[in-house]
Amino acid sequence: MAASSMKPLAGGLALAFLVILAGGSLLSLAIEAFRGSTEGFAAFDSYLWRVARFTILQALLSMVLSVGFAIPLARALHAEQNFPGRAMLLRLFALPLALPALVAVLGITSIYGRNGLLATFFAWLGLDIVPDIYGLTGILLAHIFFNLPLATRLILSSLDSIPEDYWKLSAQLGMSNWTQFKLIEWPVILRNISGVAGLIFMLCITSFTVVLTLGGGPRATTLEVAIYQSLHFDFDIARAVSLTLLQLCLTVAILGLLSLAGRPTEEGISLRTTTRRFDTPTWQQRIWNIGLIMTGFLFVVMPMGGTVVSGLKADLSRLLTEATVWRAILTSLVLGATAAALSLAISLSLVIAREHLATQRRYSSAGLFERSLDLGASLIMVVPPIIIGAGWFILSRHFIDPFSLAPFMVVCVNAAMAIPFAFRILRPSWDTAANRHNRLCDQLGIAGWNRLKIVDWPILKRPLGIAFAFAMALSLGDLGTIALFGNDTVLTLPYLLLQRMGSYRTADAAGLALILAALCLILMIIADRGAAGLAGRDNHQNG
Amino acid sequence: MAKSVTEKGVSVRLNAVRFDYGNMAMRFDVSIAASTITAIIGPSGSGKSTLLNLIAGFEKPLGGSIEIDGIDVTTLSPSLRPVSMVFQDNNLFSHLDVASNIGLGRRSDLRLEEVDKVEIQAAIQKVGLAGKEGRKPEALSGGERQRVAIARALVRNRPVLLLDEAFASLGPALRHEMLDLIGQLHKETGMTIIMVTHHPDDALRLSSTLLFLDNGHIIASGPARDLLSDDGPALLRNYLGSKESGF
Repeated sequence: MAASSMKPLAGGLALAFLVILAGGSLLSLAIEAFRGSTEGFAAFDSYLWRVARFTILQALLSMVLSVGFAIPLARALHAEQNFPGRAMLLRLFALPLALPALVAVLGITSIYGRNGLLATFFAWLGLDIVPDIYGLTGILLAHIFFNLPLATRLILSSLDSIPEDYWKLSAQLGMSNWTQFKLIEWPVILRNISGVAGLIFMLCITSFTVVLTLGGGPRATTLEVAIYQSLHFDFDIARAVSLTLLQLCLTVAILGLLSLAGRPTEEGISLRTTTRRFDTPTWQQRIWNIGLIMTGFLFVVMPMGGTVVSGLKADLSRLLTEATVWRAILTSLVLGATAAALSLAISLSLVIAREHLATQRRYSSAGLFERSLDLGASLIMVVPPIIIGAGWFILSRHFIDPFSLAPFMVVCVNAAMAIPFAFRILRPSWDTAANRHNRLCDQLGIAGWNRLKIVDWPILKRPLGIAFAFAMALSLGDLGTIALFGNDTVLTLPYLLLQRMGSYRTADAAGLALILAALCLILMIIADRGAAGLAGRDNHQNG
Repeated sequence: MAKSVTEKGVSVRLNAVRFDYGNMAMRFDVSIAASTITAIIGPSGSGKSTLLNLIAGFEKPLGGSIEIDGIDVTTLSPSLRPVSMVFQDNNLFSHLDVASNIGLGRRSDLRLEEVDKVEIQAAIQKVGLAGKEGRKPEALSGGERQRVAIARALVRNRPVLLLDEAFASLGPALRHEMLDLIGQLHKETGMTIIMVTHHPDDALRLSSTLLFLDNGHIIASGPARDLLSDDGPALLRNYLGSKESGF
């Protein structure tokens, strides 16, 4: 078979995998809902609506607070372009997203928990205040920890897109700080804010680990956690089905709204602001700006520091001699690497097939298959991992012990989770390379293995490495699927960490969190270095 | 500080102004007479826009001084200098209509009083945009947008107008129309105009004086007609020759 005809086939197989993974889960839920329709409808009780309300409320509050704080912080960072350590701060702001949620939760507890730094500070002041982090407060703190840096970076990239001439005009016309905000910054922020807010809302509504660990009970439970609890503890299939269907409707509705709002522009995020400012802030403004930057810095760095300090206090030497710990590390690495490899294979197949189809059709509009390949890459956004997990859990119990599927499900779901990111990393490199080299390779007869070795691999090895590192880090930190399917025979590092937290072995949990964070951060540093190199190479080629 | 346009233009003087742009060490020493139109030409990267930015206050010189109407403005912020500048692009805020964009020249918080509105209306008439006050920039042609920017410069009432390739993105007919408008406004207001251009024709059409820049230095200055003649400096002739051959 000619190589060119293999490309759509590879894309078709990748798409089929994703459709079976998501579709099988949905089909299972539909059958279950149909089979026990009376039971299912009965499960739509006041508890379920309360959970749905709380799910929306916590996501809404997290979104408002994250964006609300991010706007002044991004403005301050944009105004203080020569602030010492600004680039380092922006680098630091990329870390929370790379940090496994469980690790961040431990870090936040070490600062704001009952025995945390804040409690110690209150005690030192002689105040009889014991912070209670469990419940909505903790969930919001953790969500702001994750999303404030993300929102700040996205809003800062909007501000960076303001033409330099506007700042010249502002300086020439002597605009006040408020007028600058109203006339120059706000219109640009406004264009992107609905996308930023929608993205954060979506991330918070599908947040699992934070709510599971900081929710503190049925009072503060979201749909995803309730699905897990109904399957893992109560084995109440009817309730799990109704919760899952509700979560699915909610996700689809939000994604629909999000598509209307538009996506935030992330491409412009860079450590260095490209536009120059010509205005001179007053000393009051400077104090305000620096105060904001320092507060943002402390808010993000303290939980990270807390993780490191608590982790180092743990008996790491004992932990590292425990066979269970090594088994968990090894299991995590094997499952993570397999999930990353699968994610790359699927993403690359989708990328290659859609580029091939786009080249073939030339100037006509994209066909259904080509559009499906694009949609396939984002399927996991519509059907969240917990829904896939729940669907397959419910379906598989008719044939097999669902817990025996743990490694298979973890690999498949984690691979699917990483596809939207891997696709975005690989597609530009592949499309550019194909655009530059297709005609030349056709002319010189370079095809198949020779083309891969001589032409494609040197260009693709870096983006492939970045995508692999990112996918593996994502899989290493994931708790959702393993929490559903996990058992003592398949024990990953986050699952072991959760077990130790559950049995109040806090020092052990802190040590494990440090090991997990170190593994993920090493992978993210590799990805970051690779991405920086990639940007440098692109600039060089463009220059 | 700001001198009214109706009081005619003012002189601009750069005394041994030094500025580093990357590895290029720039030095400007020039005197521009009041109420004249001066054109600046030179190759890309020769320092033309930097020279205007120094006069406007967007760049701070490493040494030397800048005087406008005999007063040292070197340390003054851009809004306090008696200067208005029109850029090639992005002169207008896309979410504000024509009247508001011009109104910013009167009050940057747009709290306009009746007297401001009268001034704005007069400027709109002067630049030929009557009836288009309520339009947003997207509903205007490239020439009309630059007219709005010029109108704003008029209501600011500053005696020095800097044009940084303000008409470079317009077609030849529109560009000539805009140059005529500038010429007419100059006659009416007597403001000192300094314009960066890539077109020697524009310099001949409008300016009395020409500055030729290369590598961050003023290589030649004098009457535009003399410098652009066949007897002009060799470097300028080479530049114009190579430029023409480039088309």
